[in-house]
Amino acid sequence: MASDDIFILGINMTKFGKHPDLDSVDLGAMAVKAALADGGVTMADMGILAAGNLLGNPGFGQQLQKQVGQTGIPVYNVSNACATGATALRTAIMAIKAGECDMGLAVGVEKLSGAGLLGGGGRKKSDDDTWTPDGRVGAVASVDGRIGTMNMPGVFAQVGMEYAHKYGGADAELFARISVKNHGHSTLNPLAAYTKEMSLEQVMGDMMIAYPNTRPMCSANCDGGAAAVVVSGEKLATLSDEQQRRAVKVRASVLTSDPWQEGCQVLPDVNTLTRQAANQAYETAGVGPEDLDLVELHDCFATAELVHYDNLMLCDEGGAVDFFESGKPFRDGERPVNVSGGLQSKGHPISATGIANVWEICHHVRGEAGDRQIEGAKVGLAHVIGLGSACGVHILEGQAA
Amino acid sequence: MSTATAQIPLVDYLVLGDNPHLVANECTSCGARYFDRRNGCAKCFAEDFKKVEIATEGEVTAFTIVAFAAPGVDVPFVAAVVNCDGTPVSANLINVEPDDEHVKLGMKVKLATKAMGTDSAGTEAVSFGFEPA
Repeated sequence: MASDDIFILGINMTKFGKHPDLDSVDLGAMAVKAALADGGVTMADMGILAAGNLLGNPGFGQQLQKQVGQTGIPVYNVSNACATGATALRTAIMAIKAGECDMGLAVGVEKLSGAGLLGGGGRKKSDDDTWTPDGRVGAVASVDGRIGTMNMPGVFAQVGMEYAHKYGGADAELFARISVKNHGHSTLNPLAAYTKEMSLEQVMGDMMIAYPNTRPMCSANCDGGAAAVVVSGEKLATLSDEQQRRAVKVRASVLTSDPWQEGCQVLPDVNTLTRQAANQAYETAGVGPEDLDLVELHDCFATAELVHYDNLMLCDEGGAVDFFESGKPFRDGERPVNVSGGLQSKGHPISATGIANVWEICHHVRGEAGDRQIEGAKVGLAHVIGLGSACGVHILEGQAA
Repeated sequence: MSTATAQIPLVDYLVLGDNPHLVANECTSCGARYFDRRNGCAKCFAEDFKKVEIATEGEVTAFTIVAFAAPGVDVPFVAAVVNCDGTPVSANLINVEPDDEHVKLGMKVKLATKAMGTDSAGTEAVSFGFEPA
């Protein structure tokens, strides 16, 4: 291992689901303690803490330290929508790359059970009962529902429909079949919030949220935490053989935001920044999509998964429908996608997601994924999108021979 | 009493009158178009804009039928992106049944206005949407 390489030394995700008796700090502490134990290190070894918790205390990192160890290290409380976890991970990685420390900790937690619909909604009614222009478009009333939709299922529905319009071949049933795939995968993941196989009839017949996305085609709001310990190659070389064998090399860690594109302020463009992040990651890692043994991509809605096959270049441009129809993204296919069950069944506790998907990859490339192990997995890619937008891509490689 | 009711548009980029239409802020350097108040151009960072009229007919390039929304938002409704002669516009599709038998990708639509109600001063707010052309 080169001394300037970065590795995941320890990593953990809690069970995703309903945790009525645990608060964000409890979930964070569980993930942190388990990640430290997984790496065979303690808080005393950590040189930085990067923490994400969108819906909780803005000083979540320090609040967490008070339960797991106050050692005086710098804390970065990060926020980047659904890419918050990946941003925390990348913050710890950058601190190590910058030479500020040789080990760091990243954690993301969310309490989201029962949160309902995210995005959209009206503004508070003013005391005045006359129409009064307000805000950057001089609106006299809430525009959500009057000028399009701001709710997440509706935004991502349009993202998928835009792809369908551009390239053809995708209809409501195709999107539902993507969801059937992920719900099928989830049955092998004991940490997923939902582990029920669902038929096409069940998925399409469920409650409609935003056509073509029915409820099981939407990411599941749930509670959960995830944490990772990262280490420099130089430091790792001083650790035990077992630690070195289980360490997972970070071949690429990339974060992008959305560059200006025609119409991107009308409907968010989640494509260009993902494609740019993937390009950078493949170039940095020196691997291509054909080298990936598995991919965890941000299927916040079934309609989103389709476009990211293309954005991550798992298929030729415009070929996402054919890619799905070929069976490649199924767990027994050539390029398994979301073998964890994806956000639609594993769940999406926002800030935890960008570390939990890295955990899934690590689990496989370490050969520790049990019943759902992708045989012989060595290299995997984890992708998240935070609307607004931010995109995180990590490419990870196992060391175990 | 005059029959003319004072009107106010839902948003400042909707121009009412005999020929209702939308206007955008167009960057005088690169031509990028925006509907909101600008501090500068996101594409080229220039700071000068001019008002341009947006075509009132277009084609649906993406849509969703929202069946479940925040409190106070009437459902179902059709949210869409309409390409108006090269300028993408966010809008609801109105005067059409909100189902996939009647709403299709690629359908041709045209701008229409819709009264939203009158306030205590007697001013009527008016919103816009696109209806089948």
